[in-house]
Amino acid sequence: MMRLSHHLTDPLIRSNPVTLQILGICSALAVTTALATALTMAAALIFVLCASAAIISAIRRHIPQAIRLILQITIIATLVIVTDEVLRAYAFEISQRLSIFVGLIVTNCIVLGRAESFAMHHPVRASVLDALGNALGYGLVLVIVATIRELLGTGRLAGIPVLPLADQGGWFEPLRLMQLAPSAFFIIGLLVWAIRAARPEQIERPDHRLLLRQDGTWP
Amino acid sequence: MAEVRNPWARFLARSNEDPVKALGMAGLVALGAALTVSTTAMLLEPRQAANLEAARAARMQAMVDALPGLRMVMEEAGVTELQSHLVDLETGRVLPGATSGLDPVQAARGPDTGVELPPEADIAGLGRREKVAAIHLLERDGVPVLLVLPMRGTGYQSTIHALLALEADLDTVAALTVTEQGETPGLGAQIERPDWQALWPGRRITDDSGAIRIEVVRGAATTPFEVDGISGATRTGNGITAMLRFWMGPWGYGPFLDRLAEEGMG
Repeated sequence: MMRLSHHLTDPLIRSNPVTLQILGICSALAVTTALATALTMAAALIFVLCASAAIISAIRRHIPQAIRLILQITIIATLVIVTDEVLRAYAFEISQRLSIFVGLIVTNCIVLGRAESFAMHHPVRASVLDALGNALGYGLVLVIVATIRELLGTGRLAGIPVLPLADQGGWFEPLRLMQLAPSAFFIIGLLVWAIRAARPEQIERPDHRLLLRQDGTWP
Repeated sequence: MAEVRNPWARFLARSNEDPVKALGMAGLVALGAALTVSTTAMLLEPRQAANLEAARAARMQAMVDALPGLRMVMEEAGVTELQSHLVDLETGRVLPGATSGLDPVQAARGPDTGVELPPEADIAGLGRREKVAAIHLLERDGVPVLLVLPMRGTGYQSTIHALLALEADLDTVAALTVTEQGETPGLGAQIERPDWQALWPGRRITDDSGAIRIEVVRGAATTPFEVDGISGATRTGNGITAMLRFWMGPWGYGPFLDRLAEEGMG
């Protein structure tokens, strides 16, 4: 169990799917205007990722190489449809606000990425732990971004007023930019910067480098 | 090694490169997926339908509460909810079908569900208009007592959404409610205030010759076709005028109102 637990803890920060691999950015922009939607989206992804990892890992020895992607996508899509239907039945208002983004989990690179690179080659328990770790890592980024955006954009947190608004006699003037998609880019960018500043080994080498000749002229 | 007799075990023991195994696995996964999806959909369908219905009822309730005096009329008539109908705006015919989930702005944009308005007809600045609209009706003994028409038009800096309630003569205004607007705060945005909306009941849309006369005027109203404008918000007032004239005219609810006056709801 000690050896397995790193599958769970590694993707939380060190190899976080959003900040290290820059995956799942599309939904991270769209659902992080409020904490409630971010938490629902994170829960949906945790379910889809864990269940798909478990199923794919369980039948991994019987998945023919030639049709493996089709089978993985079919399993993932089924789980996404089930999640979407359950949300529309039991959390109608939130599902209206999330609109198509639950359905788009199918195309979320984190899910197919973990299935293809991990669950296809590892036993069920390790696969589920890895899936849970990655989903929690994604959820963590979502919650951080949503907290900042909702707090600074509306002065509320999870719908509860936190900062006294200027137009109601307080001092806080909401930053409208925080409710727009670009602010999510800024915040994720700052997160990537912070993590790479703390862990310099994550800094990518440049693909190309300008070289000067010995005599100081450009080649 | 003993011969494997069980066909299931024999299938699983086949090589993954074997076409039978590939087809079999594809079929099994597809079957599992289909069963899961259809079972979930069937089990949850009643709950989802109830949610949609509740959302629709809540919108209607908000509209009923927004129309001053309507609650009283309804209690008198002994009904709790307005009836909604779909109307083909071009022919004025009532269409069968549910009105829930109909978004007029989305419908106007769609190539099949909306029509391009000719520039001379487009006085409300909409560009496109939906083909089918939802109207709401209060009937007593089969006779319409109150007709609620949703409409929208371009104001000074936003699209104004409103509900116009007409009395049984289909000409006298029972109420005008602005449901959505983004006009200048303190000026044009006063169209949302109850005291301005209270000016509307009793106004008339058309004169005896049938010409549409309703207008938001600058300053104080002098005829039954006029409504006091808001100082400093002339263009918002003009937007409301254009919106009413467009939707009451031949490109709006005109054909439906004519048909309703002649034939009733039949």
